[in-house]
Amino acid sequence: MSDVLSRLLNERDWLMADGATGTTLFNMGLQAGDSPELWNADQPDKIRALYQGAVDAGSDIFLCNTFGGTAARLKLHDAAHRVRELNRLGAALGREVADAADRTVVVAASMGPTGEIMAPMGNLTHEIAVEMFHEQAEGLKEGGADVIWVETISAPEEYRAAAEACKLAGMPWVGTMSFDTAGRTMMGVTSADMVTMVGKLDHPPLAFGANCGVGSSDLLRTVLGFTALAPEIPVVAKGNAGIPKYVEGHIHYDGTPELMAEYACMARDSGARIIGGCCGTTTEHLKAMRAALETHPAGPRPTLEAIAETLGGFSSASDGTDGNGPEARTRRRRRS
Amino acid sequence: MSDQEDDIILSELETAELVLQMHDDLYDGLKEEIEEAVNILLERGWEPYQVLTEALVAGMTIVGNDFRDGILFVPEVLLAANAMKGGMFILKPLLVATGAPRMGKMVIGTVKGDIHDIGKNLVSMMMEGAGFEVVDLGINNPVENYLEAAVKEEADIIGMSALLTTTMPYMKVVIDTMIAKGIRDDYIVLVGGAPLNEEFGRAIGADAYCRDAAVAVETAKDFISRKHNQLAAG
Repeated sequence: MSDVLSRLLNERDWLMADGATGTTLFNMGLQAGDSPELWNADQPDKIRALYQGAVDAGSDIFLCNTFGGTAARLKLHDAAHRVRELNRLGAALGREVADAADRTVVVAASMGPTGEIMAPMGNLTHEIAVEMFHEQAEGLKEGGADVIWVETISAPEEYRAAAEACKLAGMPWVGTMSFDTAGRTMMGVTSADMVTMVGKLDHPPLAFGANCGVGSSDLLRTVLGFTALAPEIPVVAKGNAGIPKYVEGHIHYDGTPELMAEYACMARDSGARIIGGCCGTTTEHLKAMRAALETHPAGPRPTLEAIAETLGGFSSASDGTDGNGPEARTRRRRRS
Repeated sequence: MSDQEDDIILSELETAELVLQMHDDLYDGLKEEIEEAVNILLERGWEPYQVLTEALVAGMTIVGNDFRDGILFVPEVLLAANAMKGGMFILKPLLVATGAPRMGKMVIGTVKGDIHDIGKNLVSMMMEGAGFEVVDLGINNPVENYLEAAVKEEADIIGMSALLTTTMPYMKVVIDTMIAKGIRDDYIVLVGGAPLNEEFGRAIGADAYCRDAAVAVETAKDFISRKHNQLAAG
């Protein structure tokens, strides 16, 4: 148990992660279409400010600005040759901020999807995916990340490739998927499927869970799906601050700090041990979440009805784990 | 899969039965079986256009509906589209040679600033699966790309996709430019992407917001048939 995240998980009932990276950087002036990772080299002060914001708002864990740091993503900005450098810098800035804090803060280096579809459906082979994630992981390790934080993954194949890369780099890791399609990932993975998949990995994550997706209600339904199976590995909940709305030419997430505070407590009551936000979650939201987690006593496991009542309805009637979802077509004669 | 395939011998099926089997095989993403069945229907004297509409497009409609309803997910749809593609490869030259009617043509791309293209690719595949011609402009398209391609390709539909809340407002730039040039009504404008919704589609003046690739196909068919009706009436 040498790593800092395992130690904190051992000492504390819950840990608070951070909020949005992308939407926060856009508010700092990042232009749509530009790679946030380039700012690790070009705008280090803004990246420090991003990290510091989470630390000051009470986060125990913050993610580094390295989400799109694989060669597959950086090549879209003609920066595929800078994978090692940009990831190292993103993690090193995080190390700097965490080391200057007056408490233990975990530097979690984000690792997002390649954006490509894996074989046999798509062109990305397991070997290439592992190689790309590994290259990124080595940069993150060099920069001093405590843990690699794989997030927003849709395909189990890609999750497994990231796990293998973390193993090759000798790094502890956390991995979350995005459940945005009728309560499943884009590739059809249910919360129960993910628990099974994670249980079979030979380099298991320190924690697993859900991030992003639709609203915070859907995210909690997914968390309930995980914890219903009583996994041994701690669960992460990192939901969006509501749903994006178009208001007078601008995009605004409709979840208030008060609502995210409710979400945070419900996430804990649902069995999540690491709780944070995703898109639209500002430092104001984080402060409200921290305060609520510290002051509200733990409650009973919430029902789906209670979640819908407090945080809003679900995007689909079923999430594929209750047997109440729509039935697949009955083939005339099954070939397989 | 293969050990049970002997159960079904496509060439021994009655034609009506064969078409239903093709719907199942598309659903299961069986490319070789689809190719074989397309050839059988052609040998039995079906017009290429009939093979396209009654066997392939009808089968993909089932796939699309189940994708929309959260029964099938991306992997199954990709496999089905791939099987469809196998059939289309055979039919395409025959459709051209027989002067079969066109379903319609779409130019599609992610908007300027947005490089996320999985959703757009799915729509392209499903639209092709439904028999539309698709011109894929790729990622990060400024307004000129859409308009030049639409004119050059004599497109019916302009499709725009965005994954980011920061790039979706660019769709309005494209539509406003079309209005300024007086060509807005020459095209059906469909928009889609994870952070969008119907309200947004209306606010920027698109013809429709499409929640997913299956809805995009249904919406496109609907608008195209209305366009044809208007032409017939006018």
